[in-house]
Amino acid sequence: MRKVSRLSRFNIASLALGLAFLYLPILILVLYSFNASRLVTVWGGWSLRWYREFFKDRAMIEAAWMSLRVAVSSATIATLLGTLAAVALSRGERFRGRTLFSGMLYAPLVMPEVITGLSLLLLFVALNAERGFWTVTIAHTTLTMCFVAVVVQSRLGSLDRSLEEAAMDLGCNPVRAFMAVTLPLIAPAIVAGWMLAFTLSLDDLVIASFTTGPGSATLPIRIYSEVRLGVKPEINAICTLVIALIAVVIVIASLASKLSSSQGESAAPL
Amino acid sequence: MSSRRIFARPARFAAIAPYVWMALFFLVPFAFVLKISLSQTAIAQPPYEPVFDLTAGWEALKAALAALSIDNFRLLGSDDIYVFAYVRSLTVAVTATALLLLFGYPIAYGMARLPKRWQAVAMVLVIVPFWTSFLIRIYAWINILQHDGLLNQILLALHLVSQPVVWLSTDTAMYIGIVYSYLPFMILPLYATLAKMEPALEEAASDLGAPPWHVFWLVTFPLSLPGVGAGVLLCFIPIVGEFVIPDLLAGSNALMIGQTLWLEFFTNKDWPVASAAAIVLLVVLLLPLLLYERLQKRQLEQRR
Repeated sequence: MRKVSRLSRFNIASLALGLAFLYLPILILVLYSFNASRLVTVWGGWSLRWYREFFKDRAMIEAAWMSLRVAVSSATIATLLGTLAAVALSRGERFRGRTLFSGMLYAPLVMPEVITGLSLLLLFVALNAERGFWTVTIAHTTLTMCFVAVVVQSRLGSLDRSLEEAAMDLGCNPVRAFMAVTLPLIAPAIVAGWMLAFTLSLDDLVIASFTTGPGSATLPIRIYSEVRLGVKPEINAICTLVIALIAVVIVIASLASKLSSSQGESAAPL
Repeated sequence: MSSRRIFARPARFAAIAPYVWMALFFLVPFAFVLKISLSQTAIAQPPYEPVFDLTAGWEALKAALAALSIDNFRLLGSDDIYVFAYVRSLTVAVTATALLLLFGYPIAYGMARLPKRWQAVAMVLVIVPFWTSFLIRIYAWINILQHDGLLNQILLALHLVSQPVVWLSTDTAMYIGIVYSYLPFMILPLYATLAKMEPALEEAASDLGAPPWHVFWLVTFPLSLPGVGAGVLLCFIPIVGEFVIPDLLAGSNALMIGQTLWLEFFTNKDWPVASAAAIVLLVVLLLPLLLYERLQKRQLEQRR
């Protein structure tokens, strides 16, 4: 009897090429950040020169600090609000305005950033709000809480509801049942949601450009204005540092979901 | 009363805070975009004539409503720059989405056919680049594609070309950038449907004598259509409004609508026209947005 081979040569080739396409450009960038030569394309030996340049660049450091503060605060607020939204959508059964609610939560996931950025800026101008740290934080929270909601909701959806019901049959009130049973089970998804919100905020250029004020540029805004002027080795070093930071975040996120993988299927970041 | 229904009541209360937040920072701002798109441009700060002032009472409101103008929208319809920008955005988005499907499908298919434990590894490998910065990934390509960049050096060393090829500021570079940035968004929904597919169906078709190509077209592909739909929408909608990639990689002779909006806003300081452009963009995307939302909702809520 003929056995159909599941994995053809074509499958392996397309996988290998696809992954190479995804990773090679980033690897090249990291490699060139250690290049001693001022010319980006000529290899002049290993050096940490461009990292030293970065740490001497005050404007860049300030922008990085601003980005970190925005990312941590917006990710934290977004995780809180996004988790609440996910609980309401997956456990709240029917309630008034539910369709509008879910619509508002799913639309920003794909909404072009220029629209979100422009509309928020017009609101801030109308409210006469001073633009800077808080306006960017609010803008990023609005975007990233939707991602948190989706990640947590997908975890809640795969959870066995009889666990909560058992807790309540044993005398817990709903809030207690949620705290004692549901929350620990969805904790990995909440952690993954926070990490996703953090990296999205750290990455955002368009929305931050619209909602920030003069003198408070975020790191992507600084990088963008430098990149427009051309490739500079210092940018390679900054980008490598950002990639390293995100790598640490991913490792923590995956450890967090591994810790609880015995409790059911692991939470995928998306 | 079942415990499920008792549980639902406090769960509904959880909606209040995020509901208020999204209404205030997502819904209300659109009202402002609409309002400003209907006002006159002014050289002032903020650079538009306020259309109405709610504190001024009903009479003032009526006067203001009468003063609303659709001039900005007329400008968008009559000025070639904007019409071209919309056409170009849609063309770029259709082409790029087709390319993404073409390249993403084989990768997702390969993933779905891996042994189970390798599938998880492959999925992480596809997701990780999505976590690294968008801007950095575009910048990485500028490194490679520039005049004396790696790609030209390789091509020259292999004697495939005798002169460095101009890659930057071309549509080719832009498409490379878009495909590179959006590939995970295409692969993941495709993989999700392909992995759930019953392998026995393909085996049955080939046992009955169908050549591999027929098996794919008549069995695999039709069954993966929900994933194709999700991937296409997930890529198409944001690409139409894309700003960063065309700005950094494509030439400046043909702008996409995201770029014109940005230009009107930041360079020309014409907020009303920028707002009108955003409204038109939103209208163009309304149908795909609604389709996407339904899909997302069904996917997340059918598991309950």
